[in-house]
Amino acid sequence: MTWDNARADAIIEAYKALDGAALPILHALQKEFGYIDDAAIEPVAKALNLSRAEIHGVVTFYHDFRKTKPGRHVLRVCRAEACQSRGADALVEHAAVRAKGHDAALTLEPVFCLGLCATAPAAMLDGELYGRLTQKRLDALIDGCVR
Amino acid sequence: MRALRFFLPRDAGALAVGADGVARALHTTAQARGLAIELVRTGSRGLYWLEPMLELETPRGRIAFGAVEVGDIAAILDAVIADKPHAKSLGPTDAIPFLARQTRLTFKRCGVVDPLAPVAFKGLDAARRLGAQATIDAVTQSGLRGRGGAGFPTGIKWNTVRAAQGERKYIVCNADEGDSGTFADRMLMEGDPFALIEGMAIAGFAVGATKGFVYIRSEYPHAIATLDAALRIARANRQLGPDFDIEIRVGAGAYVCGEETALLESLEGRRGTVRAKPPLPAHRGLFGMPTVVNNVISLATVPWILANGAEAYRDFGMGKSRGTMPIQLAGNVKHGGLYETAFGVTLGALVDEIGGGTATGRPVRAVQVGGPLGAYFPRALFDTPFDYEAFAARDGLIGHGGIVVFDDGVDMAAQARFAMEFCAHESCGKCTPCRIGSTRGVETIDKIVAGQDRAANTALLEDLCQTLKFGSLCALGGFTPYPVLSALRHFPEYFGAGKSRQAAE
Repeated sequence: MTWDNARADAIIEAYKALDGAALPILHALQKEFGYIDDAAIEPVAKALNLSRAEIHGVVTFYHDFRKTKPGRHVLRVCRAEACQSRGADALVEHAAVRAKGHDAALTLEPVFCLGLCATAPAAMLDGELYGRLTQKRLDALIDGCVR
Repeated sequence: MRALRFFLPRDAGALAVGADGVARALHTTAQARGLAIELVRTGSRGLYWLEPMLELETPRGRIAFGAVEVGDIAAILDAVIADKPHAKSLGPTDAIPFLARQTRLTFKRCGVVDPLAPVAFKGLDAARRLGAQATIDAVTQSGLRGRGGAGFPTGIKWNTVRAAQGERKYIVCNADEGDSGTFADRMLMEGDPFALIEGMAIAGFAVGATKGFVYIRSEYPHAIATLDAALRIARANRQLGPDFDIEIRVGAGAYVCGEETALLESLEGRRGTVRAKPPLPAHRGLFGMPTVVNNVISLATVPWILANGAEAYRDFGMGKSRGTMPIQLAGNVKHGGLYETAFGVTLGALVDEIGGGTATGRPVRAVQVGGPLGAYFPRALFDTPFDYEAFAARDGLIGHGGIVVFDDGVDMAAQARFAMEFCAHESCGKCTPCRIGSTRGVETIDKIVAGQDRAANTALLEDLCQTLKFGSLCALGGFTPYPVLSALRHFPEYFGAGKSRQAAE
């Protein structure tokens, strides 16, 4: 859904009592909106009695948190060593070429290890896992996203 | 006729290769034939090249089929009913050599049981009978060392926290299993979450902690869901004890948060930057309170030790590495999976005999042991026994027990470069050797490979690695030299060694 300050405030309110609530709040915001809008920095900081700089620091430190809305689908092809040993680098390059010009449909994100190292190469598409990936299967996944 | 009882993993590794499709096909095919079946979804046995692996209960024990595809189901059902073999039949599960040769203590239930079927906490009962101090003594006597990678004796850590003063104490489970080539924590949490929950409850009882946190990486959504469900069941059944509770927290894609102090910072809601030690987390950890930080496998092994006795655990292993280690065979390996065995098995036996060599069938060129910060070993070092000290003696580490196999298509200079690149990508930025040195390392490797002042730049790279090794705050910067220097030492030909001499002649 599109960013909604009132909805964001409700999410912040629901989690702010947790010890060390910053990550749970940010995860909940990203789950709801797909990203963390700059508009969230101030209310999160206020709720946790921290500075805006600290919350900005947290959002930008962690690779998971996005500052902009992703495409309709998010594809993460593993780039770590176990997947490299089964040709992941070529798959990552191939995916980048295929995704070009389809920003609204598909966002590619790097990921370092999905814990599927014995069925490498591996990827995650919208939370679904894929192992023993081949270029052909990857193409089919991407076709399903950009069609 | 009694319903046929099947077992099929719902482990992420099995789902990634189509386990849910197999489950659906099994139900629809059986239904179409009017055949009564029961399907139990389990964790994985860890024989990933055979996943999805379907098992059937028989009077003679379970028999297995793998790797099963949707199209195999009709014929497998035919074979089962006619009591005839099928091409995908693997025979009795327990007799499959990869499983039969293992010593499964920590992973005893994993892949066998429904992960959410309640279990009695026999280890916790034993701990309560023993009392807190005797529980810690048992863990110390078992010889259990931290399975996250550092290998610190678990009982000693617990003793420190027990003795420390604080108004609250915490048990923090490090489930930020970021090392490529490792998946033991994931498998355990998905296949036997109660072992971890029980281990944390025992730790809480032993050191006097009232709250536990499990910090799980966000890349493991299935592990998070299974552990969360198991936690609700344990809580409803009042298995955690009157004054101990556990909460799950999810990481956010930062590898460095696997380092214990960065993990604590992250739990407190901050950027995952490393803290200088001392103070140790055992003295001043989460929210400034005495904190046990243990890996998933360390904690999940404790119930077995308490239930079966410290001596029984100690009897396995070699030297100062006691008990068993869940070794993970990964990457370009024919038989990839989880192999729990007593310490002491050689690297060569693991890769060639148990792992069956490469999946591609090409010669094994190198193996990386212990994750992205572990050394690359050539065949010449395959006699190294799997043991903390033996690997350290050869400038390597066993880390969290992952072995990534590469065939002869590997470019070892590219792997060394990746180690530096990964360090740069994941550095928390707090200390200069790691933050700046990693980027300089990438540049220097590029110069060496391009043949630019090769001897001088190689010397510079080695010097840089020494700076990283001794000047970094934590293992990210401190251990990145392991893959880099091992690649340089054992595989100099990839860095253009010998070329400059040829050019001069």
